[in-house]
Amino acid sequence: MSELFIILVSTALVNNFVLVQFLGLCPFMGVSNKLESAMGMSLATTFVLTLASAASFVVYHGLLVPLDVTYLRTISFIVVIAAVVQFTEIMVRQLSPLLHQVLGIFLPLITTNCAVLGVALLSLNRELSFFHTTLYGLGAALGFSLILVLFAAMRERLAGADIPKPFQGAAIAMVTASLMSLAFLGFSGLVQG
Amino acid sequence: MNSSIDLIGILSAVAVLTGLGIGFGALLGVVSERFKREDNPLVEQIDALLPQTQCGQCGYPGCRPYAEAINQGDALNKCPPGGEATIHALADLLGRDPEPLDGEAQSEAKVAFIREAECIGCTKCIQACPVDAIIGAAKLMHTVIEDECTGCDLCLDPCPVDCIDMLPRSAPITQWQPVVAHSSNMIASDRQPASGVS
Repeated sequence: MSELFIILVSTALVNNFVLVQFLGLCPFMGVSNKLESAMGMSLATTFVLTLASAASFVVYHGLLVPLDVTYLRTISFIVVIAAVVQFTEIMVRQLSPLLHQVLGIFLPLITTNCAVLGVALLSLNRELSFFHTTLYGLGAALGFSLILVLFAAMRERLAGADIPKPFQGAAIAMVTASLMSLAFLGFSGLVQG
Repeated sequence: MNSSIDLIGILSAVAVLTGLGIGFGALLGVVSERFKREDNPLVEQIDALLPQTQCGQCGYPGCRPYAEAINQGDALNKCPPGGEATIHALADLLGRDPEPLDGEAQSEAKVAFIREAECIGCTKCIQACPVDAIIGAAKLMHTVIEDECTGCDLCLDPCPVDCIDMLPRSAPITQWQPVVAHSSNMIASDRQPASGVS
């Protein structure tokens, strides 16, 4: 039980994919303008990440290892992720047309979210079991969601702040992101690995 | 020997990727067929053509419900704010015949007119106007921007002093109207035998 907790905490906080490993920065900057769309995006990404890490584990150990073509893992994981994203889009469209409209182009763009591919490949390197891989994906997704929502909330505040002209817009967002990243480095050492 | 191993490797790689592609493609096909959306994207397109004044003159609570009703087969000609242009656009979209604007709903184009001497400046009509065609401030008289007014009547009810009239819209100066020649009325004596016979 404590092992599961450690995996969750280590992926969500200590080795946070956005702020510590610098993966998935495009949605981090792109969808963080509004809190509402950031929340929708993090929900969709959580779903995709968890499902994609489980599915890529199955494809890797069920197909690539027996046929001895493990060098195909990157391209086959991309296929898996694309399929999962498409599946998510169909489901979101079915369950919440409004969310589908809010997310718009960003939903298909989860395919190119490097965090999703990163989680699938990195969990292979750690040689985790199926359950732990899924948990690893979930932890990474929770970390991503946490950062995205926090950052969106901060940017909504920043929009109303009195910022010197050279720092307005993307510049202050970058500064804020780097400060958040520094803060998250404080978690290192909380859990080993 | 070495080349034959390579060949098997290449073939298995191609087979794996093809299999993955076909497998996921089939899966997605099944899922998208299974979870097909009932609502028609056509409703969105119809809704986009409607003027979004939400005036309710069509008998539905807003433009979106009317768009759904049109999709179900309701008539196209119930939208006075949209006028002829909207009816033609809808007819184009749906492949139906354009009909003239619903005669019962609006026989002639109307425009709201505020009798400014009686206006007490309560701003209630300003809040009711769906197209922001009424200008004015609290305790100052209001007036109607004739070009913006769609003649929807929604400002009549909120007015506490009933100082708003619906007047027939005068033809805009940009639109030429042919002068109908009443030849029989030109000479008074021409009229007499005709009316006498009938």
